[in-house]
Amino acid sequence: MDNKNEWKRHRIQALWALLTNSYLVGFVQGKIYRGKLKNLCVPGLNCYSCPGAVGSCPIGAMQAVIGSWNFRFAFYAAGFLMFVGALAGRFVCGWLCPFGLVQDLLHKIPFVKKIDTFKGDRLLRRLKYVILIVFVILLPMFLVDVLGQGLPYFCKYICPAGTLEGGILLVLFNKSMRSALGWLYAWKSVLLIVTVILSVIIYRPFCKYICPLGAVYSVFNPISVFRYRVDKEKCTGCGACAKVCKMQVDPVKNANHPECIRCDACKKACPAKAITNTFQRP
Amino acid sequence: MSRILSAPRAGIVIAVLGLLVMGFGICRGEMAVVLEKAINICMECVGIG
Repeated sequence: MDNKNEWKRHRIQALWALLTNSYLVGFVQGKIYRGKLKNLCVPGLNCYSCPGAVGSCPIGAMQAVIGSWNFRFAFYAAGFLMFVGALAGRFVCGWLCPFGLVQDLLHKIPFVKKIDTFKGDRLLRRLKYVILIVFVILLPMFLVDVLGQGLPYFCKYICPAGTLEGGILLVLFNKSMRSALGWLYAWKSVLLIVTVILSVIIYRPFCKYICPLGAVYSVFNPISVFRYRVDKEKCTGCGACAKVCKMQVDPVKNANHPECIRCDACKKACPAKAITNTFQRP
Repeated sequence: MSRILSAPRAGIVIAVLGLLVMGFGICRGEMAVVLEKAINICMECVGIG
């Protein structure tokens, strides 16, 4: 995708990130928004402990409900993910996820050797499904304390978004939080640093290998209402679309592949204009 | 309207099912748990403990 089109997408990502993190006073005071809007989930990975966040992260919400003493499953968050996933699939990853934007921007930093793919890449992409099932669902459900409460294991041990969006700022502003720092903060900082470095070298490593939200939406990608279509009569088989895809998807083989984040790079690269967005049946 | 009607059926059905599942969760009070968690700083999320 040429720079102009890519930056157009980044502007929309940034606008959405600003909209869902519009409690700007929180960034100044080091406090979080405590209003009723936080009843609602946002579609992307956006930590609710980010000082600006005005909505709830669906993955955090799911763990909070599963891990609470009076519920064993999170129908609200699961239904929300089904609804958004069935309508848009991984369009959310490409356009509406603040952490996706961060990785997109980091990947623009020049590096000696960018890595498109490597041995084991395909296998490693299945890791996000394991993380979804184990850390988001099973552990909060079964590894519980005497009161029957489970921790948000994904948020606690894996998610670097919480450290980036909430941890750094809150700790900077809050003296009492600074005094409570320990090994967990160090661990999560290491994870964040590794994610940042890898994002410079590999395109969206967190989305490809780790993100449980991406895993959920990827399941819906093949049947989502918003989809891509390749006009086989127009397609010349030049391979320009597959070559430009940073998620290593070949739209001609599968235009609605689970890894496609609908970034539109293939659409723009197609010289025959054979790839279109559509809401129509395949 | 015709675009909506010609949308992939499975997607539409699952979206509607999602709304119903979401409604069920709301009815049994899950939103209160989400709100309670979201309006307090999540110590696990930010890496304090």
